[in-house]
Amino acid sequence: MSALYEPRTLGLVVGVLVLLAAATVIIRALRSRNDSGLNTAVLETFRMRVYAWWVLCSILAFAFLFGQAATVFLCGVGAWWALREFITLTPTRPGDHRTLFLVFFVITPLQFVLVGMQKYPLYSIMIPVYAFLIIPGLIAAVGDSKRFLERTAKIEAGLLICVYCLSYAPALLTLQLEKDPGATLSSGANTRLLFFFVLMVQLSDALQYAWAQIPSRHVIVPTINPTKTWEGLLGGSASVTLIGGVLWWATPFQGANWWMAAAMSLVISVMGFAGGLTLSAIKRDRGVRDYGTLVAGHGGLLDRIDSLCFAAPIFFHFTLYWLKMQGIKQPWE
Amino acid sequence: MDKVSLMRSVLALTAQFLSGASARWLDSQPDTCQRVYFANHTSHLDAIVLWSALPANVRELTRPVAAKDYWIKGRIRHYLATQVFNAMLIDRTEIKVHQSPVDVMIREMGQRYSLIVFPEGGRGDGQEIGEFKSGLYYLSKKRPDLELIPVYIDNMNRILPRGKFLPVPLLSSITFGPPMWLESGESKDLFLSRARSAVRRLKEL
Repeated sequence: MSALYEPRTLGLVVGVLVLLAAATVIIRALRSRNDSGLNTAVLETFRMRVYAWWVLCSILAFAFLFGQAATVFLCGVGAWWALREFITLTPTRPGDHRTLFLVFFVITPLQFVLVGMQKYPLYSIMIPVYAFLIIPGLIAAVGDSKRFLERTAKIEAGLLICVYCLSYAPALLTLQLEKDPGATLSSGANTRLLFFFVLMVQLSDALQYAWAQIPSRHVIVPTINPTKTWEGLLGGSASVTLIGGVLWWATPFQGANWWMAAAMSLVISVMGFAGGLTLSAIKRDRGVRDYGTLVAGHGGLLDRIDSLCFAAPIFFHFTLYWLKMQGIKQPWE
Repeated sequence: MDKVSLMRSVLALTAQFLSGASARWLDSQPDTCQRVYFANHTSHLDAIVLWSALPANVRELTRPVAAKDYWIKGRIRHYLATQVFNAMLIDRTEIKVHQSPVDVMIREMGQRYSLIVFPEGGRGDGQEIGEFKSGLYYLSKKRPDLELIPVYIDNMNRILPRGKFLPVPLLSSITFGPPMWLESGESKDLFLSRARSAVRRLKEL
């Protein structure tokens, strides 16, 4: 709780609140003027996003106030819901029922319990090693071989993206960021690191979208997502890199390595782009088949956190490498 | 708010959360007039999920028709069925003269309640909607004023398939279609196949 009143944390929080308030006011003003010449669809998308950020921000603030356990729990619930959306869009067969039960009620909660207990050596391999071998074994044991590889791959991809990847976001709270174990906790550096990460992901989403609105549009993959352009990717990533660099004071990347915050932001932006594109490809694939309208007006949680999922494990491990280079030992080492 | 309506809201919210159900009304509006919702049937949870998807004021007046042998087993089930969602329990094993399920339904619904029925008579595998039993026809012959609303429940067969005890929390969706009636002079077979295709049509939309 006291960590929130640390000047750097407070600066970050107030900065975000001011930014959000400004965005809300601007959107309101633009919407009330019909003659602004702006595309109403674009405006509506932005309005929805700003609304989603308010929700995200309130949830994060709530979780931060109640500490690490609450944040891990909340991310666990989010992962669980995202996996629900993923598996719903993915056809499985009755033979997969007990495997799915295991995935939802054992593997997913266990992953977040392990993250909360800071068992990095176990939670980093629990899903890719143990779960990924148990799942095909279980499905095969049921005896339904129809589209076996496809079904296994789909369940495993869902588990990897929605649960494994996302669990690295709250795992940022468990990193030892300073040489003195006591200093990390009291300064709230972990909270700021997670905050910085989420902020960069969201800014990257927004700025890539904003840059994609400039008139000359070179769509990268028209068959998968017509809103993602080269202008958006390059302009968005460059802006996020700049902002990340300016915010170096809020991150653990300090001293002679201040540029690291900028480099990390670039990585976050590019991975976020990859995540958005991958999830678009999955939706496109499902959309053309029979499950297209399963969830009416599907703007699910997974659509909002796709970039977060892809950026989290990479950002976590890059930060881990950096900490290693600084000679900072982790609790599990 | 009394205890029963509190329990109703709690149960409806729980069912909505667990099934992730999103309700869609296509060429159709929620209404408190007397109706018969008829839906495909793949899971024991179908009745609760459909009932929960209705707006609260409609829900108050809507009673699922359910199999007595399943819903009187166990205290919780019995309590939920009789007290909370006010199910109309039909005895499938003993059908007497003048006590046919259709007679019971008409008597119990009076001029007030709407019904939720599953005309397939039993749970299917979720692939194909089974042939409809004749109850829906006799019901609308005796009460031609009732609006018949086709409903398609998607994905429940994956959430709790036949013969499974443990549910998997996937998202389901419930689609309500436009009302239909028994046409004058329409034959039983024609009407039942028309009703069945009305439900099946919603699957594609």
